[in-house]
Amino acid sequence: MLHIKCPFCGLRAQKEFAYGGDATVKRPELNKEVSKEDWDNFVYMRKSPRGKHLELWHHISGCRQWFKVERDTATHEIFKTAKMSEEI
Amino acid sequence: MQKYSVFSLIKNAFTNHMNWEVAWKDPVPKKEYDVIIIGGGGHGLATAYYLAKEHKITNVAIIEKGWIGGGNVGRNTTIIRSNFMYDANARFNEFGMELWRNLSQELNFNVMFSPRGIINLAHSDAQMNAYARRGNSMRLNGIDAKLLNREEVKKHIPMADFSDDVRFPIFGGLMQPSAGTARHDAVAWGYARQADAMGVDIIQHCEVEGFDVVNGKIQGVRTSKGEIKAKKVGLCVAGSTNILAEKLNMTLPIETHVLQACVSEPVKPVLDGVVTFGAGHFYISQSDKGEMVMGGDLDGYNSYAQRGNLPTIQHVLTGGLALFPFLSRLKMLRTWGGIMDMSMDGSPIIDKTHIEGLYLNCGWCYGGFKSTPVSGWTFAHTIAQDRLHELNSELTLNRFSTGYLLDEKGLGTKTWIS
Repeated sequence: MLHIKCPFCGLRAQKEFAYGGDATVKRPELNKEVSKEDWDNFVYMRKSPRGKHLELWHHISGCRQWFKVERDTATHEIFKTAKMSEEI
Repeated sequence: MQKYSVFSLIKNAFTNHMNWEVAWKDPVPKKEYDVIIIGGGGHGLATAYYLAKEHKITNVAIIEKGWIGGGNVGRNTTIIRSNFMYDANARFNEFGMELWRNLSQELNFNVMFSPRGIINLAHSDAQMNAYARRGNSMRLNGIDAKLLNREEVKKHIPMADFSDDVRFPIFGGLMQPSAGTARHDAVAWGYARQADAMGVDIIQHCEVEGFDVVNGKIQGVRTSKGEIKAKKVGLCVAGSTNILAEKLNMTLPIETHVLQACVSEPVKPVLDGVVTFGAGHFYISQSDKGEMVMGGDLDGYNSYAQRGNLPTIQHVLTGGLALFPFLSRLKMLRTWGGIMDMSMDGSPIIDKTHIEGLYLNCGWCYGGFKSTPVSGWTFAHTIAQDRLHELNSELTLNRFSTGYLLDEKGLGTKTWIS
């Protein structure tokens, strides 16, 4: 079981959280022309690295906040967690 | 090559089975090949076999980082089926079923293909309607499908919970009688042995470290055993696809996730075919040894660890117990994990790439084993002819940008919940 440190509630068991995917993916800006390629990259294309991965988690059975987690996809070591407004 | 038969078995019994020929050699890589297949799993081995057999291209190397059959072909739950709704998936996998039926004879290796049927259970009227629709689509593509009502399901799986007070009562199910299971390792070994006999070099414990690409054309690969040249290179590396894609500066519509499976202690025959729970993600069959073979959800976050996490096993088996309460009496023998190349629409990719001579076979999600023969067959065609076969003409990489998705389940791009 992963133990994830919610930036608001502290260390909790994985079962309280829901995964939200790659946090480096950025939605193309609103009210601007979006190229087909940019849209594809946003919707479908993923790096899915082996090693450090910046991802989103949702404390769905807790404070219900979204936040960022830096985790190793091979060892599952969690390096850092941060609020959405913070940089990792 | 020595033919396997009852006579060769008896003959070798006299010498204590010490004089069997090796099933495949352990060659030193040559400087150059016509085709290099990266990945010595089921799909890679099948590709090499069909390249040699169907296209007479025998100057082929299979490069495998570990040992052949050590990845997902040795880690799956051995289910073989073609119960798909979309034409592209249905035709592709039904052609595969045809290959499965003759595979033991063709490979002179008993892959123990056992068509005992699969039942997808329905737990609501809406689900029954959806299955009726899927069954009709299957029948239009010549695949056997039977919509079972509650009583008919009960005949097949009387040990399931048919009581009235369950949370998800069984309304019925969709059955594909021709689906089944096979001995997964035998598939890898059978393909390896025949490919080797036709001249394919199976190079194990050799890691691909990089690619030589000049002017948009593939020239060869750099490996832990030196440079190997080839004008054509095929990628069949399932969960490691993104790692190799990064070395090629390619980004793919794929994420790698770990999927777990488990087996119970062996018991006497209790379950004939394969059964899937319709109200959760759980599937079960009984192996020839008597173990209950079970699987379900992904662990739910990107992972390259070939092992999983206990909460997922617990969650999957909760579904299992809801369906088959007798499972609570069984001890668990093993659990294990394999890493899945989850594509964004749930269907595979067998295609050419923007690099000339580089071919891609990936995105199998957790249904790669059943497609092993047809994947190898169509990928060999794609490599040999440098064009897609009709069967994989829709399994393209560009379907994501053109919008022609094969989203069989319509679950969207959150690969970890599919």
